[in-house]
Amino acid sequence: MVLKPHLDDFKIIGYYLGKITIGIGLFMLIPIICALGFREIGPTLDFLIGIGVSFLSGFILTKACFTDRDLNWMQGMIVVSLSWLVATIIGAIPLHLSGHFKSYLDACFDAMSGFSTTGLTLVQDLDHLSYTHNLWRHLIMFIGGQGIVIVALSLFVKGLSGAFKMYVGEARDERLLPNVIHTARFIWLVSVVYLILGTLALSIAAISGGIKIHNALFHSVCIFMTAFDTGGFSPQSQSILYYHNASFEIITIVIMILGAINFNLHYHLWSGKLKELFHNIEIKTFSLSVIIIFIITAVGLERVMLYLTPGALFRKGFYQFISAHTGTGFQTVYAQQFINGWSQLSLTGLIFAMSLGGAVCSTTGAIKMLRIGIIMKAIKEDIRRIMLPEKAIVVQRFHHIKTIFLEDKQVRAALLISLCYLVLYSSGALVGMFFGHPFINSLFESTSATANVGLSCGITNAGMPAILKITYMIQMWAGRLEFMSIFTLLGFLIAAIKGK
Amino acid sequence: MSQVTGHRSQVKIFIKFILIIISTCYLLPVTCYSQISSSDLINNAKQYDGQEIVYTGEVIGDVMIRGKFAWINVNDTKNAIGIWLSKDFAKEILYTGSYRAKGDIVEVKGKFNRACTEHGGDLDIHASTLQVIQKGANVDEVISPRKIKVAITFLIICLTLTVIYFIRLGYGFKHR
Repeated sequence: MVLKPHLDDFKIIGYYLGKITIGIGLFMLIPIICALGFREIGPTLDFLIGIGVSFLSGFILTKACFTDRDLNWMQGMIVVSLSWLVATIIGAIPLHLSGHFKSYLDACFDAMSGFSTTGLTLVQDLDHLSYTHNLWRHLIMFIGGQGIVIVALSLFVKGLSGAFKMYVGEARDERLLPNVIHTARFIWLVSVVYLILGTLALSIAAISGGIKIHNALFHSVCIFMTAFDTGGFSPQSQSILYYHNASFEIITIVIMILGAINFNLHYHLWSGKLKELFHNIEIKTFSLSVIIIFIITAVGLERVMLYLTPGALFRKGFYQFISAHTGTGFQTVYAQQFINGWSQLSLTGLIFAMSLGGAVCSTTGAIKMLRIGIIMKAIKEDIRRIMLPEKAIVVQRFHHIKTIFLEDKQVRAALLISLCYLVLYSSGALVGMFFGHPFINSLFESTSATANVGLSCGITNAGMPAILKITYMIQMWAGRLEFMSIFTLLGFLIAAIKGK
Repeated sequence: MSQVTGHRSQVKIFIKFILIIISTCYLLPVTCYSQISSSDLINNAKQYDGQEIVYTGEVIGDVMIRGKFAWINVNDTKNAIGIWLSKDFAKEILYTGSYRAKGDIVEVKGKFNRACTEHGGDLDIHASTLQVIQKGANVDEVISPRKIKVAITFLIICLTLTVIYFIRLGYGFKHR
């Protein structure tokens, strides 16, 4: 028998959603400061309206649903899944008011793409977009990369157990420090330190590449935010190709890789435990996967004789590859070039890279290295079990911050999430094919959306059918939250309808 | 006498005609630039690789000076393509497209590269000439009065809510 949710469940969910809505509104103050700095009046008004809507709706929700109870697991998961939808709807308001989107749905698409750190975009005439709106596009990636709820945790939430439930709901199940609020603040500290260093390095590269100082600083902040949070938005329509700058590209590669590393590992590196780098299962799996899949991609490119010098192969082949593997989505080639210039083998390499992703507890999407590592270990264990005498006891261990004995429940969890991703990759591809796109193009775009990558082979554009836009939005949302909180939301909705 | 003169003039016309034909045949491959859109170039990059083309569009973003040369990006409303050109040509560009400005519309003649070996595989155009065919201009913001009214209304609501919040917060502290 399914139990119908109680009114208190709705109240507590509404209360926390209200707080998160106000939090999104508070973040809109940052673009307003930028607007005043650049004297952009129109964009200031757009953000005032955005703040107004978020404060008003947040105020109504927190007052109407006021409660001092802490969240249980189900409520925490539902708050997380709904907060991403609410953030999308609120975050899209100033984007839509900019006049650079054909519809509110398109603005919502970009907001979801931003919050989920995907990077697919439907913006029109990006090269004439204001600094203010551009900053917001990049800022929502930074907020989304840290985790919308993590942001709220840092600002508002006092109850620790409820906070941890929402933290887990956002696909982060590792506590770096005993207290989850301190964990959230450590993640912010890491991000802000890297933000300063990364922005400095990118600014130097941009200025030496001939960009004016104020533009160089603005671009560097934006590019850092989307590189470290493996998002992929950029201030200009050509993505990273705009800069025509090898050093700029190399710096972004370093930032993308830093963004794809587990925050837990960052914590250990910051604590001076460098040995962890060489033993960690995620780093080992990532290195192996980079070598194997890049060879596949490079062989594919060699077949079509496209990039004939090592420099070109690195700046085009390796750059798109690492952008795909870290789930960032920066491009130094045009979307159409993937289909018209690259071979099917190299595209398959990119699809593999996108589908695997980076580390858990990082800002990347996709299946992730820890799960791939665990599945590989399980396969190895089963092979050894067959090879050795029946009475032999086979034990597998792996090192992830500490040495862990491989158990069936870990393998089951890894396989289950991987299966969900594979189903979502193929479902999106089917919808793409339904609208007449070839198989490889559809699979490329679907994997890019689900794995929160943002590389596009040209399917994503403002003219695509609304159903396809909504499909990709659902994929970005589900992919970012790693399914569990969304399954809980679905269960809650079914219980609300059918429960007794 | 007049017949001989007429015959000579006919021969001259014929020779001129032949000369024009021959020079056209020799010079055409050198000077024949075809006007192509960015989508055409990107979608058919292999076909146009190494060819002399004419590309027209708005200069957007920054003019990036690199020694004696410079990079600009030219957008023809569909895509922006990188143009590698002499610094002297770059000096002719006064406006570049941004939120505040409409950039100069330029016509670039040059060699198209599908994957430029000189520039790390970029799809680019190495310009041999650049001509500003329409000057850009600064753009004033157009703000709808309705938007101003809505924003002010929301601003008043937000300030009221913030004041209420802080009053209640102060009240809560006093009665703790």
